[in-house]
Amino acid sequence: MEEYQTKPISLPRLGEKAPDFDAITTHGKLKLDDFKGSWLILFSHPADFTPVCTTEFIAFAEIFPDLQKRGVELLGLSVDSLSSHIAWARNVEEKTGVKIPFPIIADLSKEVSLAYGMVHPGQSKTETVRCVFIIDDKQIIRTILYYPLSTGRNMQEILRIVDALQTTDANGVATPANWKPGDKVIVPAPNTQEGAEERVKQPGYECVDWYLCKKAL
Amino acid sequence: MPCINPEGKPTETGKKVLQALRDNGLCSAEKVAETTGVALFRVRSGLRDMIEAELVEMVADKYDITEKGIKLIE
Repeated sequence: MEEYQTKPISLPRLGEKAPDFDAITTHGKLKLDDFKGSWLILFSHPADFTPVCTTEFIAFAEIFPDLQKRGVELLGLSVDSLSSHIAWARNVEEKTGVKIPFPIIADLSKEVSLAYGMVHPGQSKTETVRCVFIIDDKQIIRTILYYPLSTGRNMQEILRIVDALQTTDANGVATPANWKPGDKVIVPAPNTQEGAEERVKQPGYECVDWYLCKKAL
Repeated sequence: MPCINPEGKPTETGKKVLQALRDNGLCSAEKVAETTGVALFRVRSGLRDMIEAELVEMVADKYDITEKGIKLIE
């Protein structure tokens, strides 16, 4: 295998402050701080005018109203130029009737891509892979997803993650595998023996054992 | 720029922001976003551009339209 990495790259991690940026976008110059108080999904795509990315942009545009209802803004990114982004967004609208309602960063310098670890040389040395950063209203990174160049993202999973994170924050609970809104949630496991004994007797809880109890919200 | 075009004139979004400041006086970015229906991130970015273009000024942590700004939307 070809050697292409000479020094370790520091990648953003969950629970950390999202790296600041000052970027040129299709909606003007934007800074991370401009999104303070809103949740933000920052996502990268490999290149404009490519098939998988086009299907993803249409899909992101389709879930945009659902994200807005949840207080979430969308921000796309690739290392293409501003003119390319504008031309592509116009082309998507002309050919499919779908208007791209969110800004797209033109990261020609790769400043933002590198700060967020969006270039994976094993996939492509020049393009960003399909990353999704879910950043909360305090600008903390809450979820990171990486998809390879060949696989388009699942929008329902992105919405599901936002719902799960916001439910967790609002109620101090966790969500089980395949959880969706309306399903029972997991209550935090007790951390004392007395708590464990009380937990299994707790009315309204559905317990497999003291450490795995669910409740309806 | 979302609020100013390359000729230095306010865009439709820019005009909405300037009109909100003219009609409501000193405003926070949040108040401008609420009044205009423009997304808060775009308001913040636009206000920054319009301060640079001297169409808007900052007073403490709020925003006000300048004489130059008023002339551009009259």
